[in-house]
Amino acid sequence: MIYLDNAASTKPCAECIRAVNEAMENTFANASSLHKAGTASLTLISRARAAVIGGMSLNKTSQLSGEIVFTSGATESNNTALCGLNLRGGKIVTTAIEHPSQARVIDKLEKLGHEVIRLSPKDYEDFEGAIADAVDEKTALVSCMAVNNETGFCVDVRKLYKDVKAKNPKTLFHTDAVQGFLKVPLDGDLISVSGHKIHATKGIGALFVRKGITLSPLLSGGGQQKNLRSGTEPVELIAGLEAAINAYEYKREHFDRLKAALTDGLSKIPDITLNSDKRSLPNIVNFSVRGVRSEIMLHALEETDICVSSGSACSKGKTSGVLSAFGVSDKDADCAVRVSMCADNTEQEISVLCEKIAQTAKNIRR
Amino acid sequence: MKEIILAKYGEIALKGDNRSSFEDILVKNIKRRLKRLGSFSCDRRQSTVYIEPLNEDIDISEAVDAVAKVFGISAVQRCAVFPKDLAAVEQNLNYLSDALDRAKSFKVEAKRSDKSFPLKSPDIQQKLGDAVSDKFPHLKVDVHGPEVTVRLEIRDNGAYLSAKRIAGQGGLPVGSSGKALLMLSGGIDSPVAGYMMAKRGLIVDCIHYISPPYTSDRARLKVEKLCEELTEYCGDIRFFCVPFTEIQEKLRDNCPEEFFTVIMRRMMVKIANNICDREGYGAIITGESLAQVASQTLPAIECTNAAARFPVFRPVIGMDKTEITETARKIGTFETSIMPYEDCCTVFTPRHPRTKPRLADIIAAESRADFDRMVEEAVEKTTVKRFKFGERTVFLD
Repeated sequence: MIYLDNAASTKPCAECIRAVNEAMENTFANASSLHKAGTASLTLISRARAAVIGGMSLNKTSQLSGEIVFTSGATESNNTALCGLNLRGGKIVTTAIEHPSQARVIDKLEKLGHEVIRLSPKDYEDFEGAIADAVDEKTALVSCMAVNNETGFCVDVRKLYKDVKAKNPKTLFHTDAVQGFLKVPLDGDLISVSGHKIHATKGIGALFVRKGITLSPLLSGGGQQKNLRSGTEPVELIAGLEAAINAYEYKREHFDRLKAALTDGLSKIPDITLNSDKRSLPNIVNFSVRGVRSEIMLHALEETDICVSSGSACSKGKTSGVLSAFGVSDKDADCAVRVSMCADNTEQEISVLCEKIAQTAKNIRR
Repeated sequence: MKEIILAKYGEIALKGDNRSSFEDILVKNIKRRLKRLGSFSCDRRQSTVYIEPLNEDIDISEAVDAVAKVFGISAVQRCAVFPKDLAAVEQNLNYLSDALDRAKSFKVEAKRSDKSFPLKSPDIQQKLGDAVSDKFPHLKVDVHGPEVTVRLEIRDNGAYLSAKRIAGQGGLPVGSSGKALLMLSGGIDSPVAGYMMAKRGLIVDCIHYISPPYTSDRARLKVEKLCEELTEYCGDIRFFCVPFTEIQEKLRDNCPEEFFTVIMRRMMVKIANNICDREGYGAIITGESLAQVASQTLPAIECTNAAARFPVFRPVIGMDKTEITETARKIGTFETSIMPYEDCCTVFTPRHPRTKPRLADIIAAESRADFDRMVEEAVEKTTVKRFKFGERTVFLD
């Protein structure tokens, strides 16, 4: 199988699998239990928290200080962050390219009476500047993704965080870092990350909460995780997350090479447009094969065991509107294919992919 | 534009003939703290340590924060370095943007320690002040209460421009006053006491007493975490962990309940005496605050003090809880101190402790068991661990 759908989910790495197994064998006690075995679980979880914070503070430059709350994944992290804040009716500035696990929560807040401003990258040269410009004294929250899941488009959240705080120090800043974690430098008052996008398991995610920020929890119960997320901590999954973080290395040059091979291959096929641009991370490449609907391409590739995605997997084939915020026409969005790579993918695989796309385009367009 | 950090001496500047020995220790401490951030050169001239980053990718603000935690420094200043030529400085006022763009008022302070420089300090202030006003027209000059003070220092090696100065910790460099043993509990006060004595130049190592099964593993971990947090200020710390259960049980079985706490504290001090003898510590440090609890009334302290063979330093003796808490928050130990794990001080707490114990009664009560032998045994069974600055090994949150 040629697996090129890593923005949807990744294969757990050997280190993760080993750590999960080992925790299931040896560190299975409830971290709230006061005995030695419980303390061992507590220590493991605490160590994993340090690893998550370490992963967020890429290059050591930002000194993130706060709590790490483990959640069931990015959807819960985003919901905990956005529903837990007391925004006192303030204005929300966000983008039109957000993932549904953020966007639908913002929609809900809008219905509750918050004014929401949604900015699209297609309208601005300087996207970060435009977001910061939209912030005023009434802005309670800026929520923004670090890397877009459909195109790989990057927002420099570290710079944006600084600029937003300069404009209004009281504005809170939420970063959806699901695709950016371990890949780009991060910042924020609240930062959501997910395990299964970085070769850990599904079912585990985390939320960074900066010191001094009060959140009311989504789940009530035993008061675990400083009462921010009740429920027994899944120590096995947390062990896997820690191991995956420690093993992860973002191989920028490798991805640059793969992307070059892919765009080169695609350029030889007539009527293909790239939807990812120079601001995209090289591990995600989105393009439209005109005249071939995404789903048809997807299933044609599947016949030869190649897994890619149409737009984003979460929308199950539905066009999400996100691509149009990048200036992609509806017609092109209908034919969009997302190839998302991981460190294990090879140039050989990319050349097989290109061949197959060329063939499919030829057959279908006939 | 080259950026460096100037660390200004505090009290060391007042030292006489032995000043250079303090300076040596200070520079060594600074180097140790910066090691994890990259490579730096540290030179001392004119009551200042010049800290120059040697790699490209060093984050200066992180280095500034690290240096600001070193005892012996009164202020830390992040500066751009120029040749000694006012025109060169005026051409690069962009450097001040970060500090001045959003400020409302400023003043210029010039210092000319190189007296061969042709302009005098007031003239430099005048000229540079005009240039800053031209470049940042939104700023008002306010010589009494400016929001930002722009500093230009003409020193032997160049001109140093800065708008960012943060206060240092003051005090004396750790290691310049000898070494002492801190009786560290899991509470709020003792870490603060350790911090305060390290600030007076002491190397602070810690002693802690555990009473399993009455106290838990987590209680010990919590204290180890406090140790680790203290290394941010104190540098490396040795941690002596004393098994204390047998003494406490003996006490419970043989002595009047109202004396439990005072006798317990005397036993702790006696154990500390022996460790001081063996390891060469010159003093014992405690987090006692006068009359805070029954064992810290004047008569109770008199009784505990009588057990000590070394000077006992009690830096928080005159502080009240809110002041101590404020310091604990500042140095980052508060959150750990309030974790809910019991330490051995709360084991067998008497219902009605004697607030005015008499030493003679206490000594009589102690003679009912062979505590001296037990003290010896506890010292023998004491374990030692080392916590290193910048290394995280304790995980408990």
